[in-house]
Amino acid sequence: MEATGIGVWGVPLAIFAGAIRVSTPFIFVSLGEAITERTGRINLGLEGTLVFGAMTAYAVAVMTLSPWLGVLAAMAVGACFGLTHGFICKFRKVNDIAIGIAMMQFGLGLAFFLGKPFIQPAAPKLPAIAFGAWSDLPPIQAVLNINVLFLIGAALALFLWWAFRNTRVGLILRVVGDSSDAARAMGLNPDTVRLLATAAGGALAAIGGAYLSLYYPGSWNEGISSGQGLMAVALVIFARWNPIGCFLAALLFGGAGALGPALQSVGVTKGYYLFYAAPYVLTLVIMIATSSPTRSLAGAPGALSITK
Amino acid sequence: MTLEANSHTLATLDGRVGSLRPFLEWLARRAEPLAITLFAIFVGLALFSLFIALIGRSPIQLFELIYAGGFGTWFSVQNSLSRAAPLLLTALCVALPARLGLVVIGAEGAVVLGGVAGAAIALPLVGDAPAPLVWLIMALAGMLVGAVWFGFAGFLRHYRGVNETIASLLLAYIAIAVMNHLIEGPLRDPASLNKPSTAPLPPDYMLGSIPGTDLHWGLVVGVMACILSWVLIEATSFGFAARIAGGNVRAAQIQGLPVGRLIVGFTALAGAFGGLAGMIEVAAVQGSANASLAAGYGYTGILVAFLARHNPLAIIPVAVLLGGIDASGGLIQRRMGLPDATVLVLQGTLFVVILFCETFYGRFKIFNPDLWKRSA
Repeated sequence: MEATGIGVWGVPLAIFAGAIRVSTPFIFVSLGEAITERTGRINLGLEGTLVFGAMTAYAVAVMTLSPWLGVLAAMAVGACFGLTHGFICKFRKVNDIAIGIAMMQFGLGLAFFLGKPFIQPAAPKLPAIAFGAWSDLPPIQAVLNINVLFLIGAALALFLWWAFRNTRVGLILRVVGDSSDAARAMGLNPDTVRLLATAAGGALAAIGGAYLSLYYPGSWNEGISSGQGLMAVALVIFARWNPIGCFLAALLFGGAGALGPALQSVGVTKGYYLFYAAPYVLTLVIMIATSSPTRSLAGAPGALSITK
Repeated sequence: MTLEANSHTLATLDGRVGSLRPFLEWLARRAEPLAITLFAIFVGLALFSLFIALIGRSPIQLFELIYAGGFGTWFSVQNSLSRAAPLLLTALCVALPARLGLVVIGAEGAVVLGGVAGAAIALPLVGDAPAPLVWLIMALAGMLVGAVWFGFAGFLRHYRGVNETIASLLLAYIAIAVMNHLIEGPLRDPASLNKPSTAPLPPDYMLGSIPGTDLHWGLVVGVMACILSWVLIEATSFGFAARIAGGNVRAAQIQGLPVGRLIVGFTALAGAFGGLAGMIEVAAVQGSANASLAAGYGYTGILVAFLARHNPLAIIPVAVLLGGIDASGGLIQRRMGLPDATVLVLQGTLFVVILFCETFYGRFKIFNPDLWKRSA
């Protein structure tokens, strides 16, 4: 649709717009997961947290008529999911990857169960800022209509990048992630740090969910996420646990996800369904290219099981 | 605590009847997983009851309905068993790599591609070849595609160091996109309007029922696959090597075991079972390959495998149990007005609690014969 009137320029423009639109949930989930993984724990349950956050945000927004209260409520339940994951993983012999899969199924089930009554009503949406008001062309205006959460996500990525390097909290997270023993020697309790980091990760992932139900596609249903939460976990590895990297990788994923719809808008419909696979193929190719069987990844937290 | 008191009793008992000791040790080791799993199921059910009570419904009525809908009548038993059939195979899909220490969870991908491959190869043969031959070719095609798909995840794990959990999930999403492409495009039957699918198999090419029941032969295939897998793991040198590699990769490499081939072989076998599940779904239930192949059997299979602690024989009762819980979903929806996702919440709760209870392994003296003496 956006392509009409500006010819072939419509495709890159649509991909650009799509990248911003599709990337936002990836940004939040991956930043959350980056905080968690930096402390040496992995939470695969963020897919469930994302969907539960989407449901909560939508339900609260329907009931209170405020999308921002919806986002806050999603953050609260996301933190609860993270706390549960963190609490369970504290016990010995408990596998954090398996618990993640279980929490994912639990979150999906609970979201579908509690969200049933909210499939019909319409919730108020999150606002967008019209950066394209200077242009006369409707397609350009549409492209530069950027949602507020994307901007918050970008700012958050910058802040986390700075905070990991320059703050006491950032140092604590990195020490715990690199060596539980070193952390204990510093008088830190690694379990508590990981618990809080997992809770923070869950809260951020739930914001990603709130974006899905309150902005784009902007409704609540059971198929709202097609693995964004999981892909974001892979994306953190690709981004080398660097928040700025997470932000850029999310944009790349968003662009790949927007490829199919953009081509369809200019009339290329052959292989439409294969383009849906583009972000997954891209993730897999990147993981293959950046992994190595003999050494752990550069920049990987030493206590992280997934890269060992 | 009572458990310690029990171990005291056992130890003093041991002094009197020394000949019983080997049997008691065997019993204690065997009893641990059973006791802990039952305890976990009990806690899971209690938490779920609490949840149901909190939303103002009767958990007792719900459990009665699960029993009635899953196991109450011959009809519901058959319903549970038919739902268990694909779970037997998709659980093996998770359980076999798990014996090597791999968490592979993308069984859904092997299922959908196995189903599509089965349908694609059967349709040109229909009419020219007898049905049993077509089934055999379909099964081989489904297993081959599933094996390649999963074996690739195993290959990436060993030779590229790519995390197998994430790779297998990405492969599952890619498989679903490939299936959608094929059934919307090259393989689409023009007669399938709003539910795109391949052309249907003629009725006499469908896998029939086991005589005297409404159960299709997939159940028998699934049970046989579980038994064969158990024999493979417990009684062959290949399975023994796999268990060593699963215990400690370095030790296995020092012993000169072909760890890479073991990993690729086990994941490929697991994928073959997943592909077989998809093929059976097409040949016995759906009659064509369509989007219903991605019905979540792959994901329920993960739960079955973990509940069974990756033991192929234990998969059989667990799959029937979860098949029954699945089968009762409709009844719960009709009688109590609860959403169909109720059973998902129950499954999710059980899954979390069971994994949590892993922490209790080795903590109780009664299950650990080595500690009996010291407490005496």
